[in-house]
Order: sequence, then structure tokens, then C-alpha cells
Amino acid sequence: MTIGVVDYRAGNLKSVETALRYLDFRFIISQEPEKILKTDRLIFPGVGEAGSAMKVLERTGLGEAIEDFARSGKLILGICLGCQIILDRSEESNTRCLGLIGGIAKMFPLDSGLKIPHMGWNRVFGRQEHFLFKDIPAGASFYFVHSYYPLPNLKETEIAYTEYGLRFSSALAHENITAVQFHPEKSGQYGLLLLKNFLNRKE
Amino acid sequence: MLLKRIVVCLDVIGERTTKGIRFKNNVDVGDPVVMARDYYLQGVDELVFYDITASAEKRGIIIEVVRRVAEQIFIPFTVGGGIGSVDDMKEVLLAGAEKVSINSRAVRNPGLIEEGASLFGKQCIVLGLDAERDATMSSGYRVVIDGGRTPTGLDALSWAREAENLGAGEIVLNSIDADGTRAGYEITLTRMISEQVGVPVVASGGAGKIEHIADIFEKGKADAALIASMVHSMGYTIWEIKKYLSERNIAVRTDCYTDL
Repeated sequence: MTIGVVDYRAGNLKSVETALRYLDFRFIISQEPEKILKTDRLIFPGVGEAGSAMKVLERTGLGEAIEDFARSGKLILGICLGCQIILDRSEESNTRCLGLIGGIAKMFPLDSGLKIPHMGWNRVFGRQEHFLFKDIPAGASFYFVHSYYPLPNLKETEIAYTEYGLRFSSALAHENITAVQFHPEKSGQYGLLLLKNFLNRKE
Repeated sequence: MLLKRIVVCLDVIGERTTKGIRFKNNVDVGDPVVMARDYYLQGVDELVFYDITASAEKRGIIIEVVRRVAEQIFIPFTVGGGIGSVDDMKEVLLAGAEKVSINSRAVRNPGLIEEGASLFGKQCIVLGLDAERDATMSSGYRVVIDGGRTPTGLDALSWAREAENLGAGEIVLNSIDADGTRAGYEITLTRMISEQVGVPVVASGGAGKIEHIADIFEKGKADAALIASMVHSMGYTIWEIKKYLSERNIAVRTDCYTDL
């Protein structure tokens, strides 16, 4: 099985790369749509601004490749910005996104008195029956850095939630599309386990 | 809710880690990569590496340390010391660091914060701020640079706010007066800065007892506490620090000890 990591110049891929290497999985990192489409399982990471990220995805054809990949039924894991780009829309620069899971990325309310971005370790209450959270206890801590949070149209697409001033969906899943708002590659042992759960899943 | 972070700082000279008092009298305490791995396994939430003798010819050493650390620890870590350009930042980030910390060079060239934030994102840019008591300043503290040697005319609070506006995503606030004393963090300074900026504040300087860490969270409103000699040479472990904090009902990450 070949694992693909989409490189669309949104942030540093080094930590995803070192985590995959540590877990001993074979993978490619690519900016080319054709190569991405040939892989069996896709990681769609990203840190940065939604508007400029979508522009790169549109210009390079990578956005379309991800949509095609999603239609093929093969598994995708979006991480951080990747978890927002898979939604219909982001409030950040009012950006139209890929629409793989219905919903929008909303900004944390500025008047909450909470520091934004939401940065640091927070508890994730994952649905145990979902394969991503296999053997990960509800309330395990993961590392977050983000100013927008996913708000799915359908409650059942939420597979984990986290509290930061408000209760938000910190992981989503719909059929073959999965996404996490936190950084599993920077979240210690449970983060590595979540990546393993994704990569070892039998389709 | 967001958990309070315990950050361990490793001052790196060449390939060794040291701990000094008020930036002087550095004592060798070990190999930074081995130490980083041990702290990671003990449940530290984040690490900071300061390249304290950073110079052009030794630059490669810290990059190699960063690369080796990135291969075996899967928590965020920051690198500071000698970072004077966006190219330096890029080199450290591509080697696997999550964030870069700039201090004196940000004071001399505030544009560096802005440039770094626009290229790599605010979350990557940490301002290291060394503050010292000065009654003539409106906040009561001035900014000092060059490892505590050079006072500036800058007010610590105004500089923290300016750096936030320029794009700093976090502030590591070190008290020169408290640093190395082991008598506790400077609570007044930390609380003032933390309450008046919108980015996380990591308190630094002065930790000597576990109670000091609880105090800087409860009274100082810090988002994270930086420690060094407590774990490098005083015999405390991350595990017991977290256990104590949990017992004081301070929410910290305690689920990191399962060996998976």
C-alpha cells in the first residue's frame, strides 16, 4: 500500500514525514495530482490561511485530484487546515472549500476572553466505535493550533469533540473521509496511535 | 479545556546541554537529544532549545540536533538563539522544529517578526522577552537583550503588545531578576503581560519548587511554565510535577505515560 501526503505548500510537512517514517510506513510526498491519485491512502495536512491554500489547490489541480480521490472511496485523513478545507466553506477570507463533508469552518468568537489561536494540549472526546479512536480513551490529550473550528452540517459526522470556550467538533468522518483538527503527528503516543489506526485500517 | 503546559528548556552549547545562572557559569548537564527523548517519555508537553553560543560556524550543530530530536519526539518544540533572518527560520523549521524563538534580534529589527509570521504563520513565531525590574518604566519592567547584558529603553509591556501586533504567536517571558534564583517565578510581571496580550505566555525564570509552578499558573495566569534546572539537576521529574499539579486541580496532560 502506498500512502500519499499532499504537499500544497501550506506549512511544514516535516513532522508528518518524521512520524510516518518512525511508524515505518512507506509514503510519498507529492505536489503532482497524477502521483497523488495513484496512491492508496491519502494524508491531507496543512497549516496556514484557508484562502491562499484553496488558491494553490485550484491552480495546481491538487484540489481536483483530492476530490477524485475522495470519489474513488479510498481513505483520506485531513489534518488541521486539511480538516477545514474538506468542508464546504471557511469563514477565513470567506473561502469556498472542497465540500467533501458538509459544513463550515467558523472563527472562535473574539469576545470570549479566550486566547486565539487555540494553541496547546486539549482533551479530545472521541467516539470509541470509530476506527480512528480505537484504543484511545475518551478525553485523551492532543495538540492543537487553530483559530477556526469545523462546524459540520450533520451531527453524525462528528466523531470527536473538544471544549475551548465552546464545544466544537475536533474530528469528523463521513464514509471514506476522515479529518482531525488537532495535530496527531505532534501529539505524543496517542497521536501516533491515531495515525496508525488510520494507516492500518482494512478497507 | 486547554491544559497548562510544562515546557523544558535545554540550553545547547555545541553538542551539549548546559544550565547557567543568569546566563553565566554554564554547567554541562548532558546530550540534548538523549535528554529530549527522556523528557518526552516522561510526559513533557513541549521543549525549547536555545543555541546559546550560536555563531555562523557552529550553526550546523544545532540543525543536526533539531533533526535528530524531530526523528524521535512527537511533541512541539521551539528553537531559539542566533536566528536573525527568515532563512535561519526556514532552516530550523525544515529540520523539524515547530516554532522559532527570536529575542534580541527582534528588538533590533522588529520587521523580522512580521516577515516570519507572514511567511510561516504566527503560530511559528515566538518572542523571547527578557524583562528586568525598572521603576522608571510605566509597566515597572524594561526589556533587556543580549542574554541579559544590554538594557534597552523599551517598556516590557509595550514591547509585548507591539510584538503581538507584528505577528508573534506566543511569548516566552523570562524574568532576569528571578532567573536562576530558584525562588519562584515573577508573578506580577507574568500576570500583567498574560492578562494584557492575546497570545499564550510561557513563564520563565525562577522555578525551584513544584509549588512555584502551581503559583505561576494560578496567580500568574501563565499558559505554560518553562523549567530547566528543576529537571536537569535538582532531581524533579516531569511525572511528579504533573501529579502534584493534578492534585491541585490544575488541568495538565497526564495521559502520556501509556507505553503504546
